[in-house]
Amino acid sequence: MNAPIISPFALFFASMITSNILLANFLGMCSFIAISKDMKSSNGLGLAVTVVLTVTTAINWVILNYILIPLNLEYLRFIVFIISIAAVVQMLEMVIDRLSQALYMSLGIFLPLITVNCAILGVSLFMEIRGYSFVQSIVYGLGSGLGWWLAIMLLSSIRKKVDKSKLSPGLQGPGITVITIGFMAMAFIGFSGMLAVQ
Amino acid sequence: MSSTGAILKDNVWTSNPIFMQMLGICSALAVTNLLANTLIMTIGVVFVTAFSSFTVSLMKTLIPRKVRMIVQTLIIAFYVIIVDILLRAYLPDMSRALGPYVGLIITNCIIMGRAEAFAQSNPPFISAWDGATSGFGYMAVLMTIAFVRELMGFGTIFGLRVLPEAFEPWIIMVTPPSAFFLLGIIIWAGKTVMNREGAAA
Repeated sequence: MNAPIISPFALFFASMITSNILLANFLGMCSFIAISKDMKSSNGLGLAVTVVLTVTTAINWVILNYILIPLNLEYLRFIVFIISIAAVVQMLEMVIDRLSQALYMSLGIFLPLITVNCAILGVSLFMEIRGYSFVQSIVYGLGSGLGWWLAIMLLSSIRKKVDKSKLSPGLQGPGITVITIGFMAMAFIGFSGMLAVQ
Repeated sequence: MSSTGAILKDNVWTSNPIFMQMLGICSALAVTNLLANTLIMTIGVVFVTAFSSFTVSLMKTLIPRKVRMIVQTLIIAFYVIIVDILLRAYLPDMSRALGPYVGLIITNCIIMGRAEAFAQSNPPFISAWDGATSGFGYMAVLMTIAFVRELMGFGTIFGLRVLPEAFEPWIIMVTPPSAFFLLGIIIWAGKTVMNREGAAA
């Protein structure tokens, strides 16, 4: 576990833009393609992903460094991470339900979808492999979440326009969406000369 | 429908997990820059899908309906840990190259999808076959993408140089956007052929 020396500020922007969890690491694609049809849902899901990512990355960091590593149980991390993600999502759902009915209506329906979103588990695993510190992990989780939110909002607005144009029948739907994501990825990765996290 | 041949054709072609159902794209596009990585990764996926379908099908009467999602996830995670440990022990370089993507097999929607759609209501052996063939459909698409990306990006196939030294590698093929473009083109081609088949039938 060698912590790379990278300032939290750089890490935040790098994880949001140049190493965008979706466009550079391909994580969270399933719900991304399905949900991006509708802008309002995209917004809700983006917010939910950002919240869950930040919370779970922090919790998984604590579990990993204070429970799994001292007990030499690192090989159990997949199971432990997925359970802690499911638990956090459940708890978050209950807390939001109590605190704000309006927020629950806009966010609540997306929460169950998130447990199986690869981006959440992916960020926890990247955090482990790259050996981030606690602060770096929180910043990385938040940056990745915001990056995912940004990407899904951009895509759903592009798809609104694309839906109106005439396309070859084989290209309609997923085909053109994936190619659009490719162009977005080119634009985002274009900045990687300025900032990059590995 | 329940014959083994029909399941094979259905899972590899007519309802291919990737280009017909858009499942499981997440965990694997990143490994398609080299054929060897893709091969190992997809073998892992075939293994996990087959065995977790088998196990889910064996245990289907024991699992209470309310908690079946989490039980399925745990079964899948169990097999993924086996794959991870095997890779670490026998192919440490490959394990490092694949990084977190081995762990991400857990959230691959194909596996959960097959467990839910097929293994829940079918006997164990046919479920294992169904899982394995879904894995093959996934493997076919990813190997095609990896073939193009490695050939164009490095001029090699499985690390062996096939294009002459004078060939200028296409940098874009090494970067993530090319995976999206190739996947889009494959979806396009697959759907067009299928539409034509549908029109002919």
